Amino acid sequence: MKKQKQKLTEKAFAVLTWGAAALTLGTLAFLIAFILIRGIPHLKPSLFAWEYTSENVSLLPAFVTTAEITLLSLLIAVPLGVFSAIFLTEYAKRGNKAVALVRLTAETLSGIPSIVYGLFGWLFFVTSLKWGFSLLSGAVTLSIMILPLIMRSAEEALKAVPDTYREGAFGLGAGKLRMVFRVALPAAMPGILAGVILAVGRIVGETAALIYTAGTVAQIAPSPMASARTLSVHMYALSSEGLFMNESYATAVVLLLLVAGINALSGFIAKRLGGKGERQGGE
Amino acid sequence: MKNNSQFAMRDSQLKNRRGRFAEALMGAVFLCSALASVAAVALICLFLFVRGLPAMAEIGLFRFLLGREWSPTDIPPAFGILPMIAGSLYITAGAVVIGGPVGILTAVFLARSCPKRLYRFVKPGVDLLAGIPSVVYGFFGMMVLLPFAGSSMLSASLLLGVMILPTVIGLAESALRAVPEAYYEGALALGAGHYRSVFRVVLPAAKSGVLAAVVLGVGRAIGETMAVIMVAGNQARMPLGLLYGARTLTANIVLEMGYAAELHRGALIATGVVLFVFILIINLSFSALKGASRRDSKN
Repeated sequence: MKKQKQKLTEKAFAVLTWGAAALTLGTLAFLIAFILIRGIPHLKPSLFAWEYTSENVSLLPAFVTTAEITLLSLLIAVPLGVFSAIFLTEYAKRGNKAVALVRLTAETLSGIPSIVYGLFGWLFFVTSLKWGFSLLSGAVTLSIMILPLIMRSAEEALKAVPDTYREGAFGLGAGKLRMVFRVALPAAMPGILAGVILAVGRIVGETAALIYTAGTVAQIAPSPMASARTLSVHMYALSSEGLFMNESYATAVVLLLLVAGINALSGFIAKRLGGKGERQGGE
Repeated sequence: MKNNSQFAMRDSQLKNRRGRFAEALMGAVFLCSALASVAAVALICLFLFVRGLPAMAEIGLFRFLLGREWSPTDIPPAFGILPMIAGSLYITAGAVVIGGPVGILTAVFLARSCPKRLYRFVKPGVDLLAGIPSVVYGFFGMMVLLPFAGSSMLSASLLLGVMILPTVIGLAESALRAVPEAYYEGALALGAGHYRSVFRVVLPAAKSGVLAAVVLGVGRAIGETMAVIMVAGNQARMPLGLLYGARTLTANIVLEMGYAAELHRGALIATGVVLFVFILIINLSFSALKGASRRDSKN
């Protein structure tokens, strides 16, 4: 009798866990299928026209802007993030007060909602520094937003580099700097790259931090000081106007494919090139 | 011959000195880069508080935080953000009620029940869920949820419940994996079944880590902006019920920042301050829980 009851509860919990996983994946599958089925038929060539007009609602300018803002943000955030990680892993001594402070602030940064970044970017870059709504304001705001992500992945990748590498380099007479750039960084590169690609994903998907920093003009910005909207902002504008539902679906398809590609690439790099060191470090 | 070696020595000394200079310089560069994030947090705090607190003071702290009426363009205007605080809290609570259990159970599945072959597909799926932009979620919600639930707190909670899943799953899974295998094996040896061992032994052992995962999910939900705007209705009044619309703190900022001026603008920045304080509290409890979970897994 008792045994039977036990068996029953085992079964019930099996159903519960498998069911939850199925629900999670089912939602994902439904979302993807829904967007693809409704969107793909509307992927017309006019959506990829060089100029945006209120007739073709082309997404190409937004696409170009997304690439520009991504590049600009990475240009700022990658060196800063990687250098911070080098400081944390290679230079700081144990118990260094600066390390605790840097860790605390990085964790704080990663918890701040994007709209607060947007608000800050608007207060600081757009109005105080008078950069106006511009690619530059948007890119700098986003670079602060992705900084903790790049820092953390670079730090983890550097930590996963076995100490024997470092000792070997020192043993051969290399200075610290040489060891860092010739031995530690190359060995950590796949992990760093995977983090950078994840950061690209965040930039591509960002909206709230950009509306009041980079602005919402549908154009290819003639200069970094001009306003332009990224694909996500474009998508928000289209769907909230409510006039171009078909084009909204099509734009959603492009965004979804872009993000899926970025995710797959990041996973692939982390797995294929990650080597054994990283896997061991992760466990 | 002698001359030559002298030259070589001087050369290597010179190189050494240059090397040491480069070392020192780059050491300073690394330190400064590390301090960039400290500077960023300081600047964000400075700008938000310097621009937000005076507005709060001018409106009156209690009038601002506990005022039930938000009508910034009326004469005289009213700047009470209690409706938005309530909206944020209700919608977030709903999201956690939906996303928390599903997320934890999925994490249990991934950490303890998932066959290896299946894992290779499920894990990237969860990662993709994290990567989908919030506007795409919002658009999906507009098209799928609104016909049934309307622009309401229910729609917003459902959508946010899905959006926090990857956060909860990822952290809860690693917390569960940090529990020593011996716990599970010990339970099995005592005659418990697989799921009994997992739910009565492994899950309780990982409880601080799992709780930390949920807390981070709360942070994600309360900070989410675009998806919520697209499905929540955004009426600036005290929430009436699940099927009625509500406005969150985040939505309040985005919707009105474009045209706000003077005190109205200050009140919106102050709304950002309130949101920021919420997030700081959530971050602190997250760190505390994570510290507790680290201690758990060490014992």
